[in-house]
Amino acid sequence: MATMTPSTRPAAGPSSPAYRPSAAKRAQLWLGRHFAMLAAVLVLLYLFLPVAYTFAFSFNDHGKTNIVWQGFTLEHWRDPCGVPGACESLVTSLQVGAISTVVATVLGTLMALAMVRYRFRGRAASNVLIFVPMATPEIVMGAALLTIFVQGFADVGIHLGFATIVFAHIMFCLSFVVVTVKARIQSLDPRIEEAAQDLYAGPVQTFWKITFPLILPGVLGAAMLAFSLSFDDFIITNFVSGNESTFPKFVYVASRRGIPAEANVIGFSMFVLAVLLVIGAQVVGSVRASRSRD
Amino acid sequence: MSALAHAAAPAGAPAPAAQETAKRSWTAYLLLLPGALWLGVFFVLPLVQLASVSLQSRYPGFPGYYYRDLNVENYLRALTDYAPHFARSFLYAGLATLLAFVVAYPLAYAMAFKAGRWRNLMMICVVAPFFTSFILRTFAWSQILADEGWVAGTLEALHLLPGGHIINTPVAVVAGLTYNFLPFMVLPIYASLERADPRVIEAGGDLYANGFTTFRTVTLPMSMPGVLAGTLLTFIPAAGDFVNMELLGPQRGKMVGNVINDQFLAIPGGYPVAAALSFTLMAAILAMVFLYVRRFGTEELV
Amino acid sequence: MAGFREARGDLQLESVTKSFGDFTAVDAIDLSVPRGSFFALLGPSGCGKTTTLRMVAGLEQPTSGRVLIGDTDLTGSRPYERPVNTVFQSYALFPHLTIRDNVAFGPKRRKDKDAAARAAEALELVQMSQFAGRRPAQLSGGQQQRVALARALVNHPEVLLLDEPLGALDLKLRREMQVELKRIQTEVGLTFIHVTHDQEEAMTMADTVAVMNRGRIEQLGAPAELYDLPRTRFVAEFLGQANTGVGTIEGSDGEHLLADVFGTKVKILRSRSQVHEGTLLFGVRPEKVTVSRKQPEGVGNDVKGVVRDVSFLGVATSYLVDMPSGATWSCYEQNLDVEPIDLRPGDEVWLTWNPGHAFGVPVDAA
Repeated sequence: MATMTPSTRPAAGPSSPAYRPSAAKRAQLWLGRHFAMLAAVLVLLYLFLPVAYTFAFSFNDHGKTNIVWQGFTLEHWRDPCGVPGACESLVTSLQVGAISTVVATVLGTLMALAMVRYRFRGRAASNVLIFVPMATPEIVMGAALLTIFVQGFADVGIHLGFATIVFAHIMFCLSFVVVTVKARIQSLDPRIEEAAQDLYAGPVQTFWKITFPLILPGVLGAAMLAFSLSFDDFIITNFVSGNESTFPKFVYVASRRGIPAEANVIGFSMFVLAVLLVIGAQVVGSVRASRSRD
Repeated sequence: MSALAHAAAPAGAPAPAAQETAKRSWTAYLLLLPGALWLGVFFVLPLVQLASVSLQSRYPGFPGYYYRDLNVENYLRALTDYAPHFARSFLYAGLATLLAFVVAYPLAYAMAFKAGRWRNLMMICVVAPFFTSFILRTFAWSQILADEGWVAGTLEALHLLPGGHIINTPVAVVAGLTYNFLPFMVLPIYASLERADPRVIEAGGDLYANGFTTFRTVTLPMSMPGVLAGTLLTFIPAAGDFVNMELLGPQRGKMVGNVINDQFLAIPGGYPVAAALSFTLMAAILAMVFLYVRRFGTEELV
Repeated sequence: MAGFREARGDLQLESVTKSFGDFTAVDAIDLSVPRGSFFALLGPSGCGKTTTLRMVAGLEQPTSGRVLIGDTDLTGSRPYERPVNTVFQSYALFPHLTIRDNVAFGPKRRKDKDAAARAAEALELVQMSQFAGRRPAQLSGGQQQRVALARALVNHPEVLLLDEPLGALDLKLRREMQVELKRIQTEVGLTFIHVTHDQEEAMTMADTVAVMNRGRIEQLGAPAELYDLPRTRFVAEFLGQANTGVGTIEGSDGEHLLADVFGTKVKILRSRSQVHEGTLLFGVRPEKVTVSRKQPEGVGNDVKGVVRDVSFLGVATSYLVDMPSGATWSCYEQNLDVEPIDLRPGDEVWLTWNPGHAFGVPVDAA
């Protein structure tokens, strides 16, 4: 997309071929035209710098602490589970992420449908209920959950551990799912659902044959968001996990001594996996789009 | 049958419509119920409990045991003993938000108007670092900014490092906060710029001819909803964060998040004051959000 | 389909009213549409025509009144229970389904075993068979329109509703589709109810036109009838052009009323005026007015004016004439004469018309 505004074009254009700007002037013009893009590339490099470090230090032949570079080894890639607790915590994180994602996505999608498609008493209050968790610092949510799990729910047999992590993760993912799916539903033409009803589809058939396939991309996007929020959460998890350890918690605890390179291996592998998944989804999406264009 | 329906019509006619709206809102409540219940039990109820804890008192001599009370002293302690911590939290978060805005805007602008077919790839690049654990990335920053690292080395060679360190200083904390919440600033600004019509900006360019004036009078106002959402999404988690301070910051002069975390998880008997601190933090942030929302409406932000 | 209601016969609306809060969109409409006819609901936007259509479809429920097909009362039944199908203004094709599946959607919901064959047949009817495997986004507006039509027709509804179906098409395509729609309607013989704000479209296609304004039906009848003898000022001015003037009825002369318009005495057939005393809005269509240089000899009905503008249109010449009252009348003269009258702006002319072509309506109902 070449959005070049007329004003940034050199004043003397092709109409006066005799005019040749000096090299310095040309460099300045080039910089002016590409300033935003250059800045953007620098910012992206900045975003990736720590990821590169994480990758590099996964090959560090470190002794007790993995803080300074000591030499190259493939040892940690050969057995990422070699450090006690690393893979166990990863499995816990994946399980928590999977359960939280499924539950939050289902509950959130239902809420989004209600919020967009119906006018009802208490709609404004529901909006606030959905919005406030996103505007609350994680540490406050974590603290609040800790007090109720310890002082309230312990009496009914709920103790800090796997279950409390899942409860908390579903809670903070829910609002983000609602917002994401809501945006998708709002972009749909309501006449399409009316057309289905007009063509003898009852409410249930209309939902499964028409509404659901059309909001599915939004629902999948929300699920991905929920999973990444859950998988990466540390602050809330730290409050409600008791003796259970998730991957971020494992890394945080280990960081006092220098994170073992095995954690770098796991962290970087998850990064590669996620990026491949996103690119794969993009490719499938664009192939579908181009197929429907010809 | 027709006659029967006819006879019933005058009295019964308005009924179907009324019945229908009633049925429809029942469906809405049914759809809403599970999620709302979840938020009620795991968000609202815990906050109520937190409020009650913030007013509890300790049993003297039994650390970790509390009784129900209306002990306002917890709040007094929170506001007096920990005032510097609040100040630091808001200062560092504010600085980080400002820096994030400065760094994020060119990126969002380039993605929206200059990237062309690279747009999707850039989008992936913005989100991708998220997928490495944020603690791993923050730890990587502690390595990058370490005294032996190239950043500190270069700055020292240029005589730009008067204290001799970056790591374990507030500068490192602000840098970490800026980095960690940057995508939350980029994405909303990009979303609102993408919706804007590039021809409007061109028209602005024609009218003012000066790049900066065009930006100030046309581009920036158009992206304001995104900027506001981005500032909130950056400031809120930054103000409550303790991980950056823990991994990058100094031993003394912590933020309020560290105090809450330690009082709850490390110091016996710290619950009431920590709860009061949490509540004060939330109140301060919600007050700020409320001002934003009142000016710009919820729908815009959500 | 559990709740599906088979119904045959004329469509009847019995004092159907629809209110949204304080606003009455449709105000006690009574309507009877004979089976198999092509019926047009014509009116400006916001007149309640689309709301009326949606109540027939079941997409809105009337606040009061009844909707019937034949003897079957459909009031309160859901859209999927009615033998009625709609062609939506935005087409509302299902974007994730192929054209074939879009058209087969209705028959499949009704568990029709021949759904595929029926869909193919319907696509044949609208000449879209070769696009069956595509998705809606790959079709042009006109093609999507045909698919939307096929998707509704395939169900052989008792009543087919068309909500401004040609509104999004360009002029040429719109003319083509008007002919096409009329052909299909004649071929399938279903009741078509066509909502439009385009008076020309309504008049060329429909057997019967109902002109709606402010939630009420102003007048209902065959297109020629509405044009020739409007009963309200709104119909007179909305359908085609009308030269009008406010006048006072001063007496009668046999079957004629005598009125004073622009200070000129004019005659109207008593049967062609809705008002028989007091003030009236007098009107006559532009092509019924004769322009001449000299005062014609005869029974009056002549007004002197000044030519403001002359446009030669080929088959006819159009004149704009300033009247003594300040109004401007327009007149069409067919170019039959070997010698044209050769008028120029500023010339004084006499306008006359046959009293049998004039009409009178109440002044107030604008």
